[in-house]
Amino acid sequence: MSTDTTKSPQAAPVVPPAGTASVKQRPAHGHGRLLTRRDRITLGLMAGVPTILHVALVWLTALASIALAFTSWDGIGFDSIKWVGLHNYTELFTNNPQFWPAVEHNVIWFVVLIVLPTPFGLFLAVQLDKKIRFSRVYQTAFFLPVVMSLAVIGFVWQLVYNPDTGLINSLIGANKPGHYIDWIGDPDLNLWAILVAASWRHAGYMMILYLAGLKSVDPSLREASALDGANEWQTFKNVIFPTLRPTNTVVLVVTIIEALRAFDLVFVFNKGAQGTELLSILVTNNIIGESSRIGYGSAIAVVLLVISLAVIIPYLIATFRKERRA
Amino acid sequence: MSTVSAPVKQRTPIRPARILLHTFLVVTALAWLAPLLWALLAAMRPYAETSEKGYVSWPDKLSLDNFTDAFQQSDMLHYFGNTLIIAVPAVLLTLLLSSMVAFYVSRFDFRLNLALLLVFTAGNLLPQQVIITPLYRLYLLIDLPGITMSGKLYDSALGLVLIHVAFQSGFCAFVLSNYMRSLPHELTEAALVDGASVWRLYWQIVLPLCKPAMAALATLLSIWIYNDFFWAIVLISTGENMPITSALSNLSGQYFTDPNLVAAGALLTAIPTLIVYFVLQRQFVSGLTLGANKG
Repeated sequence: MSTDTTKSPQAAPVVPPAGTASVKQRPAHGHGRLLTRRDRITLGLMAGVPTILHVALVWLTALASIALAFTSWDGIGFDSIKWVGLHNYTELFTNNPQFWPAVEHNVIWFVVLIVLPTPFGLFLAVQLDKKIRFSRVYQTAFFLPVVMSLAVIGFVWQLVYNPDTGLINSLIGANKPGHYIDWIGDPDLNLWAILVAASWRHAGYMMILYLAGLKSVDPSLREASALDGANEWQTFKNVIFPTLRPTNTVVLVVTIIEALRAFDLVFVFNKGAQGTELLSILVTNNIIGESSRIGYGSAIAVVLLVISLAVIIPYLIATFRKERRA
Repeated sequence: MSTVSAPVKQRTPIRPARILLHTFLVVTALAWLAPLLWALLAAMRPYAETSEKGYVSWPDKLSLDNFTDAFQQSDMLHYFGNTLIIAVPAVLLTLLLSSMVAFYVSRFDFRLNLALLLVFTAGNLLPQQVIITPLYRLYLLIDLPGITMSGKLYDSALGLVLIHVAFQSGFCAFVLSNYMRSLPHELTEAALVDGASVWRLYWQIVLPLCKPAMAALATLLSIWIYNDFFWAIVLISTGENMPITSALSNLSGQYFTDPNLVAAGALLTAIPTLIVYFVLQRQFVSGLTLGANKG
C-alpha cells in the first residue's frame, strides 16, 4: 500500500469525523496527513477496541442503571420488567428506614476523612519533606496500610476490636461479661470503630500525595521566605500551602470518591448491619441478597451516580482545561 | 564558594527540634504498625495458650504453626492460583489497551483527545456500585458454553478480567497519554516520513520509551487487582472460584476457626502485596503520584 496522502481522511472507520477535521485544521500537530489506509484502520482499531470495551461495561451499564431505576424487575425474564415511573425514588426517599442513615453515614465518612487523616497526612508529609534521616523508613511505615487490601485491614482491625479477645477490650478490662464494649455490634459505636481503620489507611495515602506535591514546590520560594524572616509556620501558611493548591484539589476529589466507594471494610466488619449502612452496601444487598429488587437497587445506584458525577465532571473539566492551556 | 547555602543545609547540626521530631515520628510510626504487629503476635501464638492466658500476656511459645495450618487447611494455594489467573491477564491487557488509546490520543487526534480521555477518566472514578446491578444482570445473560466453566460470563475468571480491564484502563490511559505527550513529536514524525507503519511506530518506538511509566502502572495495577474485593464478591458465586482476597471472608468462617488462624490467614493474604511493595516501592509510589499530580 503506497502512502496516499490525498485520500480523504473520512476513510478511517470508527474514528469520528470531528477528530479528522481537527487534523485538517492543525496539520502541524498531527501525523494525519502521512497515514496510509492501512494505518488508519490500525489506528481506528487501536482507539476503538478499548473504547468499546470501556463504554460498554462502564458507561452503558451506568445508563442502564438510570433506565432500570424507573422499573420494577425481579430479574426473571424480560417480560417481567414493568415501568413504574418515579415509584422507586418516592419509596426510597420516604419509606426506606435504611436510606437516610446510609446517606448520613457516607457524609460522616467523608467529613471524618477530610478533617482528621487528611490534615494529619499533610502534617506528616511536611515533616518528612525536611530532608531528615530515615525519612524513607518512616514513609514505609505510614504507607504500609495503603498497600494492603481493605479486606485484610478489616480482619486485622477485628483482632483489635473483638469484644472477647481484642486488644482494646483486653487492655481496658472490658472483655469480661457485664463489662463488654461491643465495638463491632453496637450501632452507636461501630461506624466510628470502622472509621478509625479507614483513617489509619487514608492518612498514609494523603501523606504520599502531599509529599509528591511538596517536591514540586520551588525551593527558592522557601529560601526567600526564610530570608524575609518568616518562621516555619508562617512559611507553610503563606508560601507552601497556597502553592499546594493542585494537590489539595486532587486530595479533595480522592477523599470524596473514597467516601462514596466505602464498602469493603464495612462488608468485612458486619456486612452493613445496623449502624453502618452505606449507599454502596444498600445497592449490593439488593442484588446478592435473596430479595432481588433490581429497579430499587438501581435507584440507589443512581443517587450514588449523581453525587459522583457532580464531583467528577467539574473536576475533570477544570483539569483538562488547565492542561490545554499549558 | 558560590553555593554557601547548600552545604550548610545538608550538615544540619543536632538541634532539640530535630530530636523532638524524630521522637514524634518513631512513636507515631510504631503506633501505625501496632495493629499489624498485634495481628502478627496473635498469629504466632498457639490458640491454646492465648485462650488460657488471654491475648494480652507474655508469649511462652512463638511459632509459625498457625501460618502453615491456615495455609494447608483452607487450600490457600488454590485461591492464590485463582488470583493469578485473573490478575496476570488483566494487568497485561489493561496496559496494552490503555497504551493504544493513549498512543492514539497523544499522537494523532487532539480534538477527540479531550473527549475520549474525559470519558475514560470519569469512568474510572465512578464508584463500582453505580454499575454493578446491570453488570451483574449482563453477566448472567451472556452465555459462553464451553468457554468458561460456568457457561456464562458470570462466575468466571474471564468476567472478572474484563471488568478489571474496562475499569482500570481509564486511569492508565490518562497517565500514559500524559507521558506520551512529553515525548518529542519529531520522533514519530520522522519515522512516519520514513514510511514506518503506525503499528511499528507504536510497538517499536513509543512503547519502549514508556517503560518507566508502564512499570509503575504495572506495579500499581497488580496490587489493585490483587486487592479487589467487591467485583469478585458480586460476580463470582462459587466459593471455589474466588480470588484470594474475596475468598478470605468465606474462609474465615469455614477454616479459620479461631482468631489466631484468622490473623495468620489475613497476613498470608497480605504477603504478596507487601513483597511487591517492598521490592517495587518506587514504582508503586511514582505510579500513584503520576496520575494524581498531573490531574
